[in-house]
Amino acid sequence: MTLPAGTDAIRQSLASFRQEREADWKAFEALLARVEKRAPRTLSEDELLSLPLLYRSALSSLSVARATSLDSALIAYLEALSLRGYFYLYGARRGLRQRVGDFFLRDWPAAIRDLWRETSVSVGLTVIGAIAAYWLVASDSRWYDAIIAPSLAGGRNPDSSAETLRSVLYDSGGDHFLSGFAAYLFTHNTQVAILAFALGFAFAVPSVLLILMNGCMLGALFQVYAAKGLGFELGGWLSIHGTTELFAIALAGAAGMRIGTRIAFPGELTRMAAAAQAGRVAATAMVGVMIMLLFAGLLEGIGRQTITSDATRYAIGGGMLALWIAYFYLFRMVRHGNG
Amino acid sequence: MATARNPAALIRPLVTPEGVDLRIKLADAGTRAAAFLLDVVIIVAAAVVVTLVVIFGLGGLGVKEAEPLFIVWMIFIFLLRNVYFIAFEAGRRAATPGKRIVGVRVASRSGAGLTIDQVIARNLMREIEVFLPLSIIAARGSAGVADTLSTIFGLVWALLFSLFLLFNRDRLRIGDLLAGTWVVETPKFKLVEDLSQRQDPIAKRFHFSPAQLDAYGIAELHKLEEVLRRDDYFAMKAVAETIGGKIGAKIEPVDSKAFLTAYYGELRAHLERKLLLGNRKADKYAR
Repeated sequence: MTLPAGTDAIRQSLASFRQEREADWKAFEALLARVEKRAPRTLSEDELLSLPLLYRSALSSLSVARATSLDSALIAYLEALSLRGYFYLYGARRGLRQRVGDFFLRDWPAAIRDLWRETSVSVGLTVIGAIAAYWLVASDSRWYDAIIAPSLAGGRNPDSSAETLRSVLYDSGGDHFLSGFAAYLFTHNTQVAILAFALGFAFAVPSVLLILMNGCMLGALFQVYAAKGLGFELGGWLSIHGTTELFAIALAGAAGMRIGTRIAFPGELTRMAAAAQAGRVAATAMVGVMIMLLFAGLLEGIGRQTITSDATRYAIGGGMLALWIAYFYLFRMVRHGNG
Repeated sequence: MATARNPAALIRPLVTPEGVDLRIKLADAGTRAAAFLLDVVIIVAAAVVVTLVVIFGLGGLGVKEAEPLFIVWMIFIFLLRNVYFIAFEAGRRAATPGKRIVGVRVASRSGAGLTIDQVIARNLMREIEVFLPLSIIAARGSAGVADTLSTIFGLVWALLFSLFLLFNRDRLRIGDLLAGTWVVETPKFKLVEDLSQRQDPIAKRFHFSPAQLDAYGIAELHKLEEVLRRDDYFAMKAVAETIGGKIGAKIEPVDSKAFLTAYYGELRAHLERKLLLGNRKADKYAR
């Protein structure tokens, strides 16, 4: 047996395997490093076309190396390189502009439409909470303090005079920090909405409670004003931003409920798959909720303090509500081809 | 925690559309904690710097002029808290700076491309996993009402959620669970030299018989490769003596590197030849 000659031949063929392909691997690595740092626009057309070719060549090298080579460093290198290539080529398939466009034209309204059952439950809970709190405070004013913490009430309570209550509604707020106030309201409300969403994970119970509580506060406040004959005025004060804000919070609660109920009752899917599917719909809805809250913050911080006419307030609030409903439920993007 | 001892337990198949299994490795809990802490350090540092700038800006300007600055500051802090993770993970690398430093990234469990709604879902859940309990503690602390009970409650909550990933085999956070994602390692390896091509004048002197080459298998070959690449004199000496003793070859102590290089080259060629003939000799116990 002449073994040395045999092993030399093996060494030779495996070395040439590496020598012949090494330039391709290096080229692929360099291209990947560039596209990972900067936009693919910086590549020439030839380079763009060569990316998938080089990726496939790296993959086939990996298969060959796994089958024939025992150089573990080489295999590790090819595995890491192929994985990077895979994530790049199969990862970001659409540009940012297209994704943003899709979000506003299709994904956002579609996610909200998908949540319509949860949304109606959420709105229903708010109404139930409001009615219950209205009735409770009307029957015994001590309920008011239990529902709205004194620190939040800001001097508005069942014992306040009609004058005090009225001044809160029409006080133009002076000139201090209007837009700063708007930014504060936005960040605060968004944090609340994120909670309503994230807490839904616990089988939707906390989300339901949060929405119910939100409705209660609304109802309690309303009772105090209505008892002094200021119900209509409060409605205007609330509606200018409230239609947007309350709708957004109801949607956030609906998104949370979707997750909680899908984890509790996954249906035909596995629990994990159901949770993942619900999570994605809910997340899309939540980004929309944040955009709505941004609008609400602007309306509340600027509009509510500077616009003091009841009719205008109702008009803006009603207009916003109509706008949202039309956008979510009536407006459908015309789909071309197999949409 | 069997996985801490057995890294193979974190390897998952990832078959590309071309039909090659890339065998991704999930990031372990320690790596992910390190990445998260790095991100927190970056966020806090950025917040502190910006706040200092705003405070000095407020001092220099009147209250009227400071208002836009105040708004920018508030929105910036909000963005840091909520958008930092999302913006970076939605990018091309699918990793925050902290993740990039430790060499991991977010990937979709289905193997398809990571979408933006997945990134959003996994990061909004961070709110209840970490920020909510901690901010409750912080708020109560600043109001002077942080009793032991609520602090303990907050800490237990935060711990329970952050340790959640230790209790499932795929190392999923709750956010990962809801988004259908996981965190995988993306190591970067340089293409290093092929040890069997190493030209060593002394190594040429060594020749091995088939019986001597049959003493070891692939597992030992990879260990030998590791030792040679580490290039540690004492380790190589010890290994050379062990191998020399096993195969009955005499070596001078100074020659251990040359001997190992020669033996590695011959052994690899020998085993690769067997591989081509369909005989994968896994280790020295295999026939």
